Amino acid sequence: MEPETAFSAIGEDLICIGRVTVFLQQFANALALGSVYALFAIGFTLIFGVLEIITLAHGTIFMVGAFAGLLAVTKLHLGLGPAILTAMLAAGTLGWVIDLVAVRPLRKRSFHHLAPMIATIGCATFITSIAQGLFGAEAYRFPFDFVPATSYTLGPVQLTLLQLIIIAISFAFMVIIIVLLHKTKWGKAVRAVAENRRTAALLGIPVDRVYQITSFTAGALGGAAGILTGINFNTIHAFMGGPMLHRGIAVVILGGMGDIRGALLGGLILGFSEIMSVAYISSDFRDAVSFGLLFLILLLKPAGIFGRTGERKV
Amino acid sequence: MKLPGKALVLVTAIALFATASPAAEIRIGVAEALTGPVAKYGVPIRNGFALAAEEINAKGGIKGNKIELIIEDEQGKKEEAINVFKKFIFKDRTLAIFGPTLSNSAFAADPIANAQKTIVFGTSNTAEGITAIGPYVFRNSIAEADILPKVVGVAKKKLGLKKVAILYGNDDSFTKSGYDVFKRVVEQEKLQVLTTETFAKGDIDFSAQLTKIKNLNPDAIICSALVEEAANIILQARKLGMPERIRFIGGNGFNSAKLMEIAGKAAEGSISGSPWFLDDPSAKNQEFVRTYTAKFSIPPDQFAAQAYDALYIMAEGIKAAKLSGNLEKDRTALRNALAKVKNFKGVGGLFSFNENRDAAQKGRVLIIKKGKFSLYAE
Repeated sequence: MEPETAFSAIGEDLICIGRVTVFLQQFANALALGSVYALFAIGFTLIFGVLEIITLAHGTIFMVGAFAGLLAVTKLHLGLGPAILTAMLAAGTLGWVIDLVAVRPLRKRSFHHLAPMIATIGCATFITSIAQGLFGAEAYRFPFDFVPATSYTLGPVQLTLLQLIIIAISFAFMVIIIVLLHKTKWGKAVRAVAENRRTAALLGIPVDRVYQITSFTAGALGGAAGILTGINFNTIHAFMGGPMLHRGIAVVILGGMGDIRGALLGGLILGFSEIMSVAYISSDFRDAVSFGLLFLILLLKPAGIFGRTGERKV
Repeated sequence: MKLPGKALVLVTAIALFATASPAAEIRIGVAEALTGPVAKYGVPIRNGFALAAEEINAKGGIKGNKIELIIEDEQGKKEEAINVFKKFIFKDRTLAIFGPTLSNSAFAADPIANAQKTIVFGTSNTAEGITAIGPYVFRNSIAEADILPKVVGVAKKKLGLKKVAILYGNDDSFTKSGYDVFKRVVEQEKLQVLTTETFAKGDIDFSAQLTKIKNLNPDAIICSALVEEAANIILQARKLGMPERIRFIGGNGFNSAKLMEIAGKAAEGSISGSPWFLDDPSAKNQEFVRTYTAKFSIPPDQFAAQAYDALYIMAEGIKAAKLSGNLEKDRTALRNALAKVKNFKGVGGLFSFNENRDAAQKGRVLIIKKGKFSLYAE
């Protein structure tokens, strides 16, 4: 081999390694973004699976979780763990209250899908206005180094401590929810109600309480997504729930309405398509590419990835 | 919010009657947005004028004549600006008008003043074409199109820039116009653009764009973004391991203390341009910052500084003009005198009007050092 060609071969190898490195970094970015989407969407899909409504207040719950976590840190000086718990508790309680105030009365009367959905829009607008009144329209952020800005270099990939925490927490919650649903008595009750509300009631399952617990759990998961997003992206404001809600709806439909695995996979797919479309196509078409991809998947599988018509899985 | 503006008008009005004396008062109208979302710019502007007027009058006015500011709220709306302008020109019969706050309103209201041969002096209008409205339109605000070439030029020379990456918000007219200017300048400076990345309003995750840019290894990142986005972009870049030698170069969005507040140490070394900066050590500026802060219990910003200088520039014009007492003649005399103001030393440095009655200065290039803006090049 001539020396010159040998050099160019080395050059090509280097370029190739460079490409792999960038891909791995983008993979990590996508995993962190997708985990948050998934965490948000799981609560969303849980409510749909059990209560059969699309709660459009889930974005607001997400925002309240972020603010609750922020106040826990700035006013009560709590650490990361307790702050996440506070966020989940506040957002869960809000989810429960929304169910109690807006959804339950409608459920008691004639049960039409549209009415509770509209009621949750009302709740969302109301709560967002309150948040705007309390905090204004400006963005807030967690104190510096609330989570140490340590970066881990895994081979060629740089992951911050926070990204690792987010990925770990998101997956942990997903596993916990799936285990709860399939291994516990509560999970059995939830699945029974999801399957058929009337039969479950006849069997002596406290349907109302199942609804309440589900609303609380879903809210808590939304709150966890809220605080983690708030810390990671350094922006908390009254309107942060809007874009997340749109993505959440897309994720839930993509994964199959009411399916936990679907929400997990859908969230990751959306995260990956957003990041990879910027990385390999163009940032101008970020949303066009990622939502175009969702559209394609739905064309192939109209009920979503795990969705099967006529049967609901929680 | 509504009250202070009106109260001030009232106070000035009372002052007007109370001090009515044989010595002619110099009435100047101030039309700024004092309520509504634009008030965050309009209020510091009003404060700047009020402070300058107080200082000038305390020293005996201009040739013994006191300045009377008539302040009205134009709410950041075109229609209101037109109403206020008409009131100033026909009812209050002011010698000149300052304002309005937004370029948008200036395009609507300035032609009225110009048609009546009344000076209108903008201190915050940065859009292209404002002074082309007519010979009675002046401004001391510097357009981004004037500052950015200097910023990029200085950065290129000092840092030896060869290749850059550009990142901007493509769905906001302000950041998009900043990008247009940057693009033109980068071509003129013959810099190689490795990639141009965009983001949308409300985006919080910039990791994909930044990872791509990091891998291309530019000498600098040119960034046209509003301050909160800009700060988060810088912060996320450093978290992704972007080395500090890759500098951020920004437009007007960088000109805010919020950049350091949000991005902290990550903002160090970032470069931007502005006609004025808070930490400018000149004695004149330090005095201004001290008295302004004492009077309004908040430090001045660029808008307050430009208004403060504007009234002093106007005073220079009035000093030089031969005023006869005939309002129509005096307005034209003042216009001709004002256009000749040269080398005025203000808190924003040396100031002159160019032949188009725009600011002849090109602003100063700033760099963030130890959490403060400091001068990178005059």
